[in-house]
Amino acid sequence: MKCQYACGTAEHVLERRRFLGTIAGMAGAATLGAPRMVQAAMPELVAGDKHIIMIWLAGGVSQLETWDPKPKTNTGGPFRAIPTSVPGMHICELLPHTAKQMHHLAIVRSINTKENDHGKGAYCMTTGRKQEPVAQYPHLGAVGAKLLAPEDSPLPGHIHVSAGGSGGSGNDAAYLGPRYSSIVLGDGNPPRNTALPEGITPEADNRRHAFRTSVNDHFAKRRRWAESDAFVSSFDQARQLMERRDVFDVSKEAVKDQERYGNSEFGKQLLLARRLVEKGVSCVQVTHSNYDTHYENFDFHIEQLGEFDQPFATLVADLVERGLWDKTLVVVMSEFGRTPSINQFHGRDHWGTAWSVALGGCGIQRGAIIGKTNDNGTEVADREVDHGHLFHTYLSAIGVDSSGEFDAGGRKLPMADPAAAPITELLA
Amino acid sequence: MNDAPAPAPPADAPQADPKLTHAAGEWKHTSPLLSCRFDPSGQFVFCSAQDNSVQRWNIASGQATALNAHDSWVRALAFNPAGNHLYTGGYDGRVFVWETAAAQPTPLRSLNAHDDVAHEGWVRAIAVSPDGKTVATCGNDNLVRLWNAEDGKLLNVLSGHSKHVYNVMFHPDGARLISGDLKGEVREWDLATSEQVRTLDGGSLWKYDEGFRADIGGVRGIDFSPDAALLACGGISEVSNAFAGIGNPLVVVFDYATGEKKQSLVTSKKLRGTIWNVHCHRQGFVIGCDSGHEGGHLLFWNTNDPNEFFDFKLPNLCYDSDLHSDGLRVVTAHQDHVLRIWRMTAPAA
Repeated sequence: MKCQYACGTAEHVLERRRFLGTIAGMAGAATLGAPRMVQAAMPELVAGDKHIIMIWLAGGVSQLETWDPKPKTNTGGPFRAIPTSVPGMHICELLPHTAKQMHHLAIVRSINTKENDHGKGAYCMTTGRKQEPVAQYPHLGAVGAKLLAPEDSPLPGHIHVSAGGSGGSGNDAAYLGPRYSSIVLGDGNPPRNTALPEGITPEADNRRHAFRTSVNDHFAKRRRWAESDAFVSSFDQARQLMERRDVFDVSKEAVKDQERYGNSEFGKQLLLARRLVEKGVSCVQVTHSNYDTHYENFDFHIEQLGEFDQPFATLVADLVERGLWDKTLVVVMSEFGRTPSINQFHGRDHWGTAWSVALGGCGIQRGAIIGKTNDNGTEVADREVDHGHLFHTYLSAIGVDSSGEFDAGGRKLPMADPAAAPITELLA
Repeated sequence: MNDAPAPAPPADAPQADPKLTHAAGEWKHTSPLLSCRFDPSGQFVFCSAQDNSVQRWNIASGQATALNAHDSWVRALAFNPAGNHLYTGGYDGRVFVWETAAAQPTPLRSLNAHDDVAHEGWVRAIAVSPDGKTVATCGNDNLVRLWNAEDGKLLNVLSGHSKHVYNVMFHPDGARLISGDLKGEVREWDLATSEQVRTLDGGSLWKYDEGFRADIGGVRGIDFSPDAALLACGGISEVSNAFAGIGNPLVVVFDYATGEKKQSLVTSKKLRGTIWNVHCHRQGFVIGCDSGHEGGHLLFWNTNDPNEFFDFKLPNLCYDSDLHSDGLRVVTAHQDHVLRIWRMTAPAA
């Protein structure tokens, strides 16, 4: 039955928004504002069946020290290439554990975003679009949450496990609305304000909830609004999230799994990502920091990739063993790569001209290498692609027609840049 | 490091005067240079380069000879006291022994802990004991390894460092060994027992950058004063931007008997650089090879004054230096592919 709302004035909306706190803003975003208008103009996916894990190597990881080594060239640096589990595929020696999992993964070695700025590069890679002054586009995680998260999920659809930070909510869903904005777990900690305040017992909280429900029901009989429904829903969802707080607690995982991922902060965060996916969260971003190595690039890549390699390889193996690999798109990306030329401080600088990402899982061909760079990595030699192609590919990989549109209040908005297309040979 | 004490100079030997430092020769390679050492005879200078090679440059004739065996950059160069053997350690984890003056150099042997490598990961430094019998190596596996110089057999492994070991040096008495790591921890080892004796705090040469989420710093250079009363350790301090390597060059001078910090040698100008090597001159001053955002510098300090008494600007960034056994010359390895020799006396008329 269509409900009859009293009115829809902006004043009410404003008052309601003032009321909402952090957690209510997080869960309540499920029913507020633009998202209720936005529909995917395409067949429904099986909600909750597919997931995305984006591993963000902040600052710009070097493609030469990861996926596209150029040993014994004037740009190659000191590291050697090692064979992988895919015959003929070599990656940098800094990734020995990952090398053993490459038969599950693919590499795109021919990215040219023409973007060397951190912020703009990040925007390109996470939204599939160039940054524009007059338009905002949603983050891959927000798009994924919109397309993949069940409507009634008690958990957020888009979670960002950040390196540092105090938590809170991201502002990265653009026209999809705050429901799909990332919930930031600072250092992998649970969302803020999800524990009962000190002095409030569960019994007291239940009585408080019963009273609130009673008052809400009474109010709704006389004056029912979209916003009052949102208000009620936000509290209900926040309550569900609080009841599931242990979803964010990796110590609940088996000891052998904790040991397998290792004791590093990043290892715990990848284990959390797997746990969240297994519990039904659609999109998880884990950020590992920092790769912006203008100085001593090689020392720092030893340290950072030393933290990355073993937990990441474990994540891949773990998802495969649990039967989640074919349901989960895993992408390792940065805002750009790093210059092939080694600067005078033994560093590498920003480089969006010829670099790589690695990805695998849902919808991605195993063991593929797409494109190539020239002998010393200074330019793309074959199959140049950019952020737009990659974004189309991610959507295609999770089973979405990337030429589809979102319907935002009657306004048709392409999900991905219409000027680009999926990298079809990368798709399984 | 070449740990053999330099022979005492004749009483009438010329004295070095850093303020008279001037160019005394240069040789250009085809790749940026990394490390450099005079051989004990003073006939050659060896340097390593980003093309994975080691180059031997005959100072008198200008002839260059390549030593090719490593599969990565070579950062460690050291000689035995007799000077007939060169040890090279690379980022490929391997250590090779070479005949210093061979016409067509090929490795005599390698030092192998297992699988043809001396260390897992990079070899950072090599030192040879004053009696020439023991070789010490260190690297990114957080270990110091001791080897029999005669046959290349592994003698012992010294473990305890929690981070990459950047430097190693024998005490002039040959009974103790010093190692310094990324965190600025300087450990003293008793070679008779292979036990760690004490730790000296060089923590001011290290920082964990919370924004960058990585360690930066380390004991980049190390040297004993000729009387072993002082130990100097160089690197970068007060890092304000790990992304760009912005900090200040620093040499920490320890009173070796007490293990206490005696002096922090800093620069009067903010050079925003790193001390890549340090040398204690027999005349009592300390030389630091600095490179960073203000270019390359040779810095000269007296240990009773925290500020340098002379700053010699180099024409390009340099990543290593060595002091000739005559005490008059310094060689520097530069990013612009050039190996430069500097002489600390009045130019010849």
